[in-house]
Amino acid sequence: MSSQTASQNKEHFEINLGPQHPATHGVLRVKLLMDGEYVVDAEPVLGYIHRMHELMGENRTWAKYLPNMGRLDYLSALSYNLGYVELVEKMAAIEVPERAEYIRVITTEMNRISSHLLWFGAFVLDLGGFTPLLYAFDDREHILDLLESVTGSRLTYCYFRFGGCSNDVEDEFLTGCLTFIKRLRSRMPMYHNLVTKNVILMQRLEGVGPVSAEMCRKYGATGPVLRGSGINYDVRKNEPYSVYPEFDFDVPVYNECDSMARYMVRMDEMDQCMRIIEQAIAKIPEGPVMAAKVPKMIKPAAGDYYHAVEAARGTFAIRAVSEGKNQAYRMKLRSPTFSNLSLFQEASKGMLLADALAFMGSIDLVIPEIDR
Amino acid sequence: MAGYFTNILSGTKSLLVGLSITQREFFKKPVTLQYPWESLEMTPRYRGHIQLVKDGETGTHKCISCGLCDKGCPSGCITVKGEKQEGVKVKVLVRYDLDFTKCSLCGQCIDNCKPGAIEFSKEYNLASTRKEDFYYDLLKRLKEQK
Ligand code: SF4
Ligand code: SF4
Repeated sequence: MSSQTASQNKEHFEINLGPQHPATHGVLRVKLLMDGEYVVDAEPVLGYIHRMHELMGENRTWAKYLPNMGRLDYLSALSYNLGYVELVEKMAAIEVPERAEYIRVITTEMNRISSHLLWFGAFVLDLGGFTPLLYAFDDREHILDLLESVTGSRLTYCYFRFGGCSNDVEDEFLTGCLTFIKRLRSRMPMYHNLVTKNVILMQRLEGVGPVSAEMCRKYGATGPVLRGSGINYDVRKNEPYSVYPEFDFDVPVYNECDSMARYMVRMDEMDQCMRIIEQAIAKIPEGPVMAAKVPKMIKPAAGDYYHAVEAARGTFAIRAVSEGKNQAYRMKLRSPTFSNLSLFQEASKGMLLADALAFMGSIDLVIPEIDR
Repeated sequence: MAGYFTNILSGTKSLLVGLSITQREFFKKPVTLQYPWESLEMTPRYRGHIQLVKDGETGTHKCISCGLCDKGCPSGCITVKGEKQEGVKVKVLVRYDLDFTKCSLCGQCIDNCKPGAIEFSKEYNLASTRKEDFYYDLLKRLKEQK
């Protein structure tokens, strides 16, 4: 190699990944500084779909802020619905009937499965495999149909209300869930044979995108990213909310810290979701789905409140400061993917471009949720 | 060296297993709906844009123009106009406008309506290039609805 080409090799160049790029799954822009095929630096540039959700929370009544929760992480909107209604219930001391709590758990877990199925399809699509996406969507469609029959919508749900749920569920929904679980269980081995054990997938994921537990701590990463780095942390277990303590389920944890570990965490999580739903359906009590007394105008006592839930992508938390008025003084939304994305810059240094994209897929980004 | 060949063998096997799965799927019936030729019946809870409920007895709406739906709407897309008319105790609805471009289909208007005068429609085939097509005069729609 002549000295001239050697110096050319050292020349770095910048490319933009996004804001319109299929691999970023939304309007995210990543400024990549490249040395040939290798990533020298990757700087995520945010704000392309910033909609001021936090400010909106400070400018409208507590009830009017409800629909916003379906528009953060649109793939697991019910977890966000749940986080917000539980926070307000905590603030205004509203008791939720038992049946409503069970319905919330069943629908939220169904939503989590649908979110993971979509991630699964999109992730394999990022790696160049198109077929699994179609299979995953086939299964996900069943969940959307079931959820549509109770919530009335397919994606941006606004189903929970302060003190319960907007309507009861029928027995057909519950049996439908059980039928779906049976179907998905029978399809899981197919997914593993087709994708998990595929030699190409294994070689592209194993050992790629190492994220140490220390790095997770540094950036506040949660959810499957954290659990793929060997830390057993799940809000449903560590700070239980709703009726989760009544169910017996495991938190999948993998110690490999690579993309494969994060992949496996999500695949195993689907099994655990199914376990939770089955137990909840077996135990669901009869009764009302709305609290008897919910004040028309909610004015929580002044104070600083915080509530966290486990969304499909990690810990979603809301901090609300109330001045005793009918709207919040401060509304802070802690988005899990924002923290998960933050570690991308450090973790992707020195990676091949194709590996960096696989790594980005494995942290499962939903851009409207990062930008809020 | 032995590892090299077992790798090739197990890799080939994994690909063959995958191919057999896709091949099986290939001969299955399509799972998708052939949309323009077939269409779906919406579930009873489906949330389309809101509409006034037709009262079976009186043949008209049940709205008392209280304006609670308007007040509770997060997106401010409802405008209700009622008028005092002689001989009628409650205000009479003269206009009910919905700006569907802003509606988030949250259902709070329906929750707020005591007399149960509004409901979600089951319309989902909505498409237009003009914004004005989604400004609905619900009273007029109700009258047109036979
Ligand atoms: S569904 Fe929600 S956003 Fe739409 S008109 Fe009713 S209250 Fe307003
Ligand atoms: S639709 Fe219902 S809430 Fe709205 S003005 Fe009429 S009666 Fe009142």
